[in-house]
Amino acid sequence: MLITCPYCGPRDVIEFTYQGDGNRERPQPASQNLDAWNAYVYDRLNPAGDHNEIWQHSGGCRAHLRVVRNTLTHEISSTAFARGGHKSTARHKAEGKS
Amino acid sequence: MVERQSPLEPVLQAGSHGNFEHGVDIILSETQPGSIVQLAAWPGEERRLISGIRTVTGLALPDGAGGGSTDGVKSVFGFAPGKFTVVDEAEGLASAFAGVVTPAIGTVTDLSHGRTAIRIAGPKAEWVLAKFFAIDFALPAFPVGAGRSTVHHDVFAQIQRTGADQFDIYVFRSFARSFWKALCHASEEVGYEVQ
Repeated sequence: MLITCPYCGPRDVIEFTYQGDGNRERPQPASQNLDAWNAYVYDRLNPAGDHNEIWQHSGGCRAHLRVVRNTLTHEISSTAFARGGHKSTARHKAEGKS
Repeated sequence: MVERQSPLEPVLQAGSHGNFEHGVDIILSETQPGSIVQLAAWPGEERRLISGIRTVTGLALPDGAGGGSTDGVKSVFGFAPGKFTVVDEAEGLASAFAGVVTPAIGTVTDLSHGRTAIRIAGPKAEWVLAKFFAIDFALPAFPVGAGRSTVHHDVFAQIQRTGADQFDIYVFRSFARSFWKALCHASEEVGYEVQ
């Protein structure tokens, strides 16, 4: 499985670390809403298809990425920096080399 | 300054090794730069950091991820968004940056004693490195001056191409000896010379 890092370009999955479900929304740290905390810790969509995930390119630029992965085919349909502000400048295989 | 000892000292054996009857296709050496410095810009401060790098080293960074340049004495390359490795044969690079890269722009980390710099050169350099790292070493995809960060068996490595068939690899000092031995084994088939 290849993941195209927005900085480094296409890299083998061995360089990446899975950081969990990208659909979770963390409640405010002071929140007393137990249902919200329960949902944050336990509730998962578990879709058979496209899934939002957080990955870290731990064996490369170490950036955290938002990845959409198909859980049936492992196809990666999009990758982006989890934190905005850095524009993607990597060369992508699909676009060809300039 | 404290005298630096190389972690490669017990295993670095100068001379020709491996299958060199038909000539050596690989030259391995430890470059022992005086300074290895890592610079990181806060989000939005990248331009100011890049101009600071030019002020201190005289090197201009090309646009794009992993871009870099070298003049043979000083080298610089990007290895992550807003982060750069700068290398100088002379010592004291970190203190030179301390006055230019202010806390408002980013951070300066002196890695001179934490990394070991290994140079692999020769017509088979791409071939040998391709056995280690799953990245494209061809010249159009990895131009001279550019840098890449990747791993070999979980050993983090920063690679800069400093010539058409020459690469400088920066690995953790504590892993340098085993990495060097692996590099020697991988070079045996083509014949290598240690300088």
